[in-house]
Amino acid sequence: MRKWLLAIGVALGLSALAQTGKLEIFSWWAGDEGPALEALIRLYKQKYPGVEVINATVTGGAGVNAKAVLKTRMLGGDPPDTFQVHAGQELIGTWVVADRMEDLTSLFRQEGWLQAFPKGLIDLLSYKGGIWSVPVNIHRSNVMWYIPAKLREWGVTPPKTWADFLATCQTLKRKGLEAPLALGENWTQQHLWESVALATLGADGWANLWNGKLKFTDPKAVAVWDTFGKVLDCANKDAAGLSWQQAVDRVVQGKAAFNIMGDWAAGYMSTTLKLKPGTDFAWAPSPGTSGVFMMLSDSFGLPKGAKNRQNAINWLKLVGSKEGQDTFNPLKGSIAARLDSDPAKYNAYGQSAMKDWQSNRIVGSLVHGAVAPESFMSQFGTVMEIFLQSKNPQAAANAAQAIANQVGLGR
Amino acid sequence: MRDRITAFLVLLPSLVAVGVFVYGFIGQNLWVSFSDWGKNPTQALALRPELQFVGLENYRELFSGFVDVRFRQSVVNLIFFTLFFMAGTLGLGLLLAIALDRGPKGEGFFRTVFLFPMALSFVVTGTIWRWLLQPQGGVNVLPTLFGFPPFNFPWLTTRQQVLVFDWNQLPFYTALAVGLTLLYLAWQAHRGGERKRLFWSLLSSGLLLLWALTLGRNIRLLPYAEPHGFSLALVGVILAAVWQMSGYTMALYLAGLRGIPVEILEAAKVDGASEWQTYRYVIFPLLAPITLSALIVLGHIALKIFDLIFAMAGLDYAPTDVPAIYMYLLAFRGNQFAKGAAIGILLLLLVAMVVIPYLASQLKKEVRR
Repeated sequence: MRKWLLAIGVALGLSALAQTGKLEIFSWWAGDEGPALEALIRLYKQKYPGVEVINATVTGGAGVNAKAVLKTRMLGGDPPDTFQVHAGQELIGTWVVADRMEDLTSLFRQEGWLQAFPKGLIDLLSYKGGIWSVPVNIHRSNVMWYIPAKLREWGVTPPKTWADFLATCQTLKRKGLEAPLALGENWTQQHLWESVALATLGADGWANLWNGKLKFTDPKAVAVWDTFGKVLDCANKDAAGLSWQQAVDRVVQGKAAFNIMGDWAAGYMSTTLKLKPGTDFAWAPSPGTSGVFMMLSDSFGLPKGAKNRQNAINWLKLVGSKEGQDTFNPLKGSIAARLDSDPAKYNAYGQSAMKDWQSNRIVGSLVHGAVAPESFMSQFGTVMEIFLQSKNPQAAANAAQAIANQVGLGR
Repeated sequence: MRDRITAFLVLLPSLVAVGVFVYGFIGQNLWVSFSDWGKNPTQALALRPELQFVGLENYRELFSGFVDVRFRQSVVNLIFFTLFFMAGTLGLGLLLAIALDRGPKGEGFFRTVFLFPMALSFVVTGTIWRWLLQPQGGVNVLPTLFGFPPFNFPWLTTRQQVLVFDWNQLPFYTALAVGLTLLYLAWQAHRGGERKRLFWSLLSSGLLLLWALTLGRNIRLLPYAEPHGFSLALVGVILAAVWQMSGYTMALYLAGLRGIPVEILEAAKVDGASEWQTYRYVIFPLLAPITLSALIVLGHIALKIFDLIFAMAGLDYAPTDVPAIYMYLLAFRGNQFAKGAAIGILLLLLVAMVVIPYLASQLKKEVRR
């Protein structure tokens, strides 16, 4: 009996001690992306061996489930010490405007990050004079993937514009390829839409859409839906049942010629499918968007009321450092947000993306949280459904504008 | 007296718990549904959000707002799902029960086999059936076993709709349905010789039908036509749901069939009733109370369905959307908490419409005893 009591007492005492040194990291990096996060956590443990790291991962692509869990935790007054969030409006329009985040500007000054990150990115992270999260990586959204050997076999070249794409699509259909474009579930359809919109509106028009200068009901913006509808005619009809990986698989297996997906597809093909970037598979900017880098970025923020604030700040410092980013990104299949990272650590795709990141015009992605708040994005899925059901560009444009008004987009 | 106080004290904790955690939260949810929580992004997720009272605005938007077309399709989906799910489950359950009641060899084995799906959760059922309903596999390749070409029906991914109607006609159809039901009640009252009931049901039915056929046709909820219909992508979901729950109705019906006294059946035989007549005039009427209980249980399962569709088609696919899923999307992805609460209240009302008449009839029975 005594022994038992003693054991319980010791256990309680130990856990009380450990509580002073904990860090809970909330993210949606599981599966293929898990090892990158684990490497980063290992690095953190080397630096702060006394801290017990709790890896609170909630699975689900693009954080669809994690965000709901985060919301219930925050509303319930139990914020994690730091959480993953897409940099930009997804964080700002949801948590910053609600006064739930700490301003990280002084941390940016202290660590010299104002020079380390490109200005376009800092602008995206800023709102009302503050900087609100630390970006750990950069992904590109507007990329078209293909298998060079297959294209040679079919006798076509990667199209440069959407008009060009539609012509190529007809050629491929005549050669018996039922659906030249591989497409997946709902969000990948929105992902395709943003590439079409960027090409149709241009980088300035795209930016104006999100600051309210260009209405969704403007004829130029309605034309996006028109083109999008034609592009959809080239895609597979069972899209709704496929994950993005399955859509990529179709291209790899030669059942489709092209796929528009973010550059995590490169990570999937090179790491999981063991294909060699540049020879086994290749890429180009999505039609009509060369010279523009549509970016999204995963970042970490510091919620107000974090229980282990100092440990969280140490984590943020690591996340923003050169060492941290060069540990994380080669494994994740993304590139560093910093301008001074080491190209030798990245594969052929990563190196080409880094070159574009430093030279291209940078714009933000819609689907991945950079340009519009969560309240708009989640309802944009409904707009997509309205279009897919009715195939009516004007109806979709009207619905998008109604939602933009409702959530005060660009205000 | 002492007994009463003890009884009260024993009941008190659960009364308080139910009062707070059930009725208190229903009340809070009702209040949220009348507020504007989520309209203003700076308040949506604030530590202490300031809510404004907006009355029925959220409900109005759901039924006739411009962007909530998806909610309306989800309501239509829910109605069709509930109808087909209940019809399928009751029908299949009854057939299985009748077959087993005739005492085939290995009855116990079959009973277990048919009841087994009920032991699974909807998430497991959904995952299994999602595999079975893949366009290039499962059910679609069944015909090749017999040398026929495979089906190529895209079960869960089709956007095809049948029985399409314009949402603006909903008041008309609702009034028509209710009017016809009342007319049927009037017919029943006439046969039962209840003059007062006959009068009232005939009067209200007449008024409703008159309204439906004159003014009701011209009511417009929306300034444009909005087609909704039975989404064929739901067929796969209904299949899975029926597969899961028909074992349950089979068990109920089997118990009912076994409970019918042999004397009655023998009396029917002596009277010269054919097999079909025995079923039609003796067995089915005796099974009616079981059907009612089954309807209540299945009805509230159908109205609250979420997990099965979540597992089979995901949350984002509008053709298989139901209000519970749309509520989740609005509240937990779009931060539109007030509108989500409004859908919650609507679902509560729907379930209450199924459960309360049943409870009332049960209470009446107890009083009569």
